[in-house]
Amino acid sequence: MSQDGVNKGRRTLLLGTTAALGAVGAGFVAVPFVKSWLPSEKAKAAGAPAKVDISKIEPGAMLVAEWRGKPVYVTRRTPETLGLLESLNGDLKDPLNTNKAQQPAYADNLHRSRDPELIVVLGVCTHLGCAPKYFPEVKPEAFDANWKGGWYCPCHGSKFDLSGRVFNGSPAADNLVIPPYSYESDNVVVVGVDEENA
Amino acid sequence: MKKVFALIAALIPAVAMAAAPSVQLDKHLTDLTDTASLQRGAQTYMNYCMGCHSLEHGRYNRVARDLDIPEELMMENLVFADKKFGDLMTNAMRAEDGKKWFGATPPDLTLVARVRRPDWVYTYLRSFYEDPTRPYGVNNEVFKDVGMPHVLGELQGRQVKGTAQVRVGFDTLTGQEITEEQDGVLYLAEPGTLSAAEYDKLVYDLVNFLVYMGEPIALERQRLGWWVLLFLAIFFVPVYMLNKEYWKDFK
Amino acid sequence: MSKQQNTLMGWIDDRLPVTQTYEKHMSKYYAPKNFNFWYFFGVLSMLMLVNQILTGIWLTMNFVPSAEGAFASVEYIMRDVEWGWLLRYMHSTGATFFFIAVYLHMMRALMYGSYQKPRELIWIFGMLIYLALMAEAFMGYVLPWGQMSYWGAQVIISLFSVIPFGIGDALTEWIRGDFLISGATLNRFFALHVVAVPLVIVMLVVLHLLALHEVGSNNPDGVDIKALKDENGKPLDGVPFHPYYTVHDMVGIVVFLMVFSTVMFFFPEGNGFMLEYPNFEPANGLKTPDHIAPVWYFGAFYAILRAVPDKLLGVIAMGAAIAILFVLPWLDRSPVKSWRYKGWISRTLIPIFAAAFVLLTWLGTQPATDINTLLSRIGSVIYFGFFLAMPIYTSMEKTKPVPERVTGGH
Repeated sequence: MSQDGVNKGRRTLLLGTTAALGAVGAGFVAVPFVKSWLPSEKAKAAGAPAKVDISKIEPGAMLVAEWRGKPVYVTRRTPETLGLLESLNGDLKDPLNTNKAQQPAYADNLHRSRDPELIVVLGVCTHLGCAPKYFPEVKPEAFDANWKGGWYCPCHGSKFDLSGRVFNGSPAADNLVIPPYSYESDNVVVVGVDEENA
Repeated sequence: MKKVFALIAALIPAVAMAAAPSVQLDKHLTDLTDTASLQRGAQTYMNYCMGCHSLEHGRYNRVARDLDIPEELMMENLVFADKKFGDLMTNAMRAEDGKKWFGATPPDLTLVARVRRPDWVYTYLRSFYEDPTRPYGVNNEVFKDVGMPHVLGELQGRQVKGTAQVRVGFDTLTGQEITEEQDGVLYLAEPGTLSAAEYDKLVYDLVNFLVYMGEPIALERQRLGWWVLLFLAIFFVPVYMLNKEYWKDFK
Repeated sequence: MSKQQNTLMGWIDDRLPVTQTYEKHMSKYYAPKNFNFWYFFGVLSMLMLVNQILTGIWLTMNFVPSAEGAFASVEYIMRDVEWGWLLRYMHSTGATFFFIAVYLHMMRALMYGSYQKPRELIWIFGMLIYLALMAEAFMGYVLPWGQMSYWGAQVIISLFSVIPFGIGDALTEWIRGDFLISGATLNRFFALHVVAVPLVIVMLVVLHLLALHEVGSNNPDGVDIKALKDENGKPLDGVPFHPYYTVHDMVGIVVFLMVFSTVMFFFPEGNGFMLEYPNFEPANGLKTPDHIAPVWYFGAFYAILRAVPDKLLGVIAMGAAIAILFVLPWLDRSPVKSWRYKGWISRTLIPIFAAAFVLLTWLGTQPATDINTLLSRIGSVIYFGFFLAMPIYTSMEKTKPVPERVTGGH
C-alpha cells in the first residue's frame, strides 16, 4: 500500500505550516478565555475615582470617603499639630519616608500630602488591615501618655501620627499608604487620580 | 363624517381593521454605523423615555465610548441625577409606583429591540391614536389597550383613527396618486411641533439607538467574523494539502 | 527517539500503559479506508462537546444561578465581562451545532447499518448520550431565566403530571422543588447542567469509543474489513487511524468551523431558532408568551407530542418515539448493513424518514394551526411506520450482493 518515494520534505513542510498556523489559531482562541478574567466593567466602575468635597472639613476634623472598597481618611490638621510633627521623628520607625512604596512623590515630605493642611490617607492599618481610630486631640491617652494626635489601631495597638507615620513599638512595620489623589478644584479632591493615573 | 384627504406616505401603516389578523409592520432600515443617528436617538431616549423606562443593563460610559460622545458632554446632556459615568443606567421609578400609575410597571427597555424586533418598535411608536375611553386618552394600533401614554404626542401631533383617503397606487399616465377611502385608518388630525417626516426620523433614530442598546457588540462581532473566516480560509490550504499528501500513500 | 526520551517513556510505560494505549486507539487502530463525508460527524460531535465544556466552565465564572440574578448576569456577561459576549455565543451556537453533528452522525448509522451486530452496544451508548444531551440542553436553556426558559420548563415539566394515580403530580412537584417553576428549579438545574450531566456524557462517550474500538469501525459499504487481512494480520482495506484519519478529520474540522463561525458571528440568534426572541425578556410567571416553542433540536419530538390530541397518549407517543430508536438494531432484519446493498423499500424509506424527521423538527417550532397539526400527524405516522414495519420489509426485500472489498476510498 505505501509507496516508496514518499516526499519527506513536502510532508515536513506541510506539517510544519499546519502546526504553525494551528498554534496561531489556538493562540487566538485562547484570547477570550484569558482576557475574560480581567476586571469587568463592574469592577472598573467600583474602582473608579472618588470625588471628595473638602470645603466643610473644619481644622482637626476628619471625613471618611471610600475608594476601591477601602476607607480614605481626609483630615484637615491644625497649625498646632502640624508644628509638632517634626518633634516626633525620634519615636517613629520611618520618619523620612524611606519606604517609597507607601506614598506618591508629591506626598514624600513631612506632612505626607500635596497641601500641608490636608492629608489624604488610606484608613487601612499596615499591620493586618484594620481601620485605625482617629484621636485628634493633643492630650494623654490610655495607649500613650505623650499623645500628640493621630490614629490608634484597636486590633493590635499600632500607632500612627497625623501624617500617618508609624510609631516605634507598633506591630505595623510601615507608614499608612497615601493613595494617588489630586485637586480638581480648591474644594474638591479626587482620590484615585493624579499625574500617572488619569 | 369629515373626510380628511391625507396623503399617507408609504411609511405610515394603512391598517384596515377587518382585513388582516395582525398589524402590518413598517420596515426599520437599521443602520448601526450611523453614529449621528444613534446620538440623536440616545438624546431622545434620555429626554423622553428614561423617566419611566430604565436601561438597567447598560452603562453610560459604554454608550459614550461607542457613540463617540466625550465624557463631559455625556455627563452634561445625557446623565441625570447623581449618576456617575461608569454607572448602570437605572432610573428612580419604583416598580410599585409604575404599576399603580400605569397599570403595569414600565418595563426596562435595554433588550426591547431583541424581543419585539425593530420593525415592531418603529411602527408602535408611530401608531398611537386618540381614544377617549383609555386612561391617558390614547390607544395603539400595534399594542391594543397599551398602558403607556403617548409621550411623544406633542412632537407627532394629534393622530386619530377614522376614515380617510389612503394612497393605494400611482397612475404613471397622469402622474397622479391613486387614493381610495378606507376605514380604520390612522391619520394626523392636527400637526405637532415636528412635521410628519421629522417625527418619523426622530423615531427612526430612537429605534436605531434601541437596537444598539440591545446588543452593543453587534458591529464588532461582525468585524471579527470576517477576520476569523479569513484565517480559517487560509488555514484550510495547508490542512487540505497535508491530507492529500498523506493519502497519496494509498494510490 | 533519544536515549533520554526512551528512558522516560519506558519509565512511564512500566507504570501506565501510555504507549500501548496510544497504539491501540490511534497509530495501530485500523479504520476502513473508504470513510466519506458522513464519517466526520463523530469527531465533530466530540469537538462540540469540548467547546460546550470549555465555554460552559467560563460562563459559570460569571453566571449567577438565582432567579433574582440569572437574567441580569447573562447581560453582564454580554456587556461587562471582557469577551464575555463571545463565550456566550460560542456556547449557544455550540449547542445548535452539537445537535447538527449528532443528528448527522445518527443519520450515518442509519444509512450504513452501523448499529447492526456486533455494534449494538455502541448504538445503545450513543442513544444514551443523545438522551443525556437532550436533558443537558433542556436544563441549560432554563438557566438564562428568560420568558422561554421559564415557560418551556413549565410545559415540559408539567408533562410528568400525566402519570396516573397521583404519582404524576407528586413527581412534578419533586422535580420543580416548589409549587411552581421557581428559583429552586433553576438552582438544581444549574447543578445538574454544570456538573452531573456533563460527567455522565463524558463517561458515556468514553464507553461509546471503547465499544467502537473493540469491534472496529463500520464503513459505507458495510463490509467487514477484518475478514481479509494481509500477511502481517493488518486488514487489507484498513489504514491506521493516526496519521491518516487525524489529518483527514482536520479538513472536516476546519470546514465545520467555517460554517460555525459564519453562523455565530453573523447570525447568533439564528433568526429566533437558536436564541428565541421571547427569551430576551425576564421570566414572568404571570405572563405567558404567545407561542411557547422549543429550540429547534427538540422540534420533532415536540411535534409528535402535540400531534396526539390526548395529553397522556401524547406523552407516551413522544417517549415511544425516542424509545423505539433504542431497539433499532433488533428491528433491522436485513442481512446486509449498508443501504447501498439493501432492497428498494429500505432505499426509499430511509430518505423519506429523514425528510419526515426534518419536517417534524420544523413543525415543532411553529404554532399548532390546523394544517400544521395535520402535517405533524402525517409525519408521525411516517416516523413510527418506518420503524414498526422495518422487521417485515428488511427481511423480505431483495438485497444486492455485498462486495468483498470496499469500494470508493481515497
